[in-house]
Amino acid sequence: MIQPSNSLIVAVVSRTMIPYLQVFALYVIFHGHYGPGGGFQGGAMVAASLILSRMALGGERAEVQFRSAWGSPLGAIGALLFAAVGLVAVFFGGEYLNYAYLPLPLDDPALLRSYGILFIEIGVAIALTGTLVAIFDDLVEGHEDYD
Amino acid sequence: MKTLGIILLLSFGALMVYASLGLPAHGDASAPHHRDASVTGSPGAAAYYIRNAYRDAKTINMVTVTLGDYRGIDTLGETVVVFTAGMVCYLILRRKKE
Repeated sequence: MIQPSNSLIVAVVSRTMIPYLQVFALYVIFHGHYGPGGGFQGGAMVAASLILSRMALGGERAEVQFRSAWGSPLGAIGALLFAAVGLVAVFFGGEYLNYAYLPLPLDDPALLRSYGILFIEIGVAIALTGTLVAIFDDLVEGHEDYD
Repeated sequence: MKTLGIILLLSFGALMVYASLGLPAHGDASAPHHRDASVTGSPGAAAYYIRNAYRDAKTINMVTVTLGDYRGIDTLGETVVVFTAGMVCYLILRRKKE
């Protein structure tokens, strides 16, 4: 378990930054349709904010926001969500990952594809967040100094 | 040994710079990868993506359309690669609780 930082500056700055980082990460994920951004970048930013809270505030307080046991399952859920979107398209008569066949009440196949891309971006973001935090936690847990 | 390493590194860097001089200019519309068809006549994908990305997916960012829709299985593979890295760290580094 990581100990909290002794520095007041680190504690105050990271406590101020973390919520804004997370909101901006959501913006990056959902802005991927209109400009630079997307699931990979946004998920990495969420993971960065969670890792910052672990390093600056200490493992005990960071666990309140995101438990270290959640990392690997969340990574699996995100990757499976992506694969499931593809399978849903197969079940409704299309090819794998052909979002035009998703069962949403929309007539325009182009609009359906837009929503399909949004779903997979969310899946990618969840997978990235879970996996990166899990890797950090695994590295720290294996380290003797942080027990 | 150290000098040899530095010489190798510098010569490889020079090779990379020399190779980059042969690349087409940024945004060059007549570059080979932007043409409708290659030299041998096979159709090129990039020109199709640029013309039809908005029509096909109603999404302004054509990079997102390419990654998420036209090349969706690639992106799925990338996600699985990241997840695999996480699983490998889990299996190798995580210690069992006694």
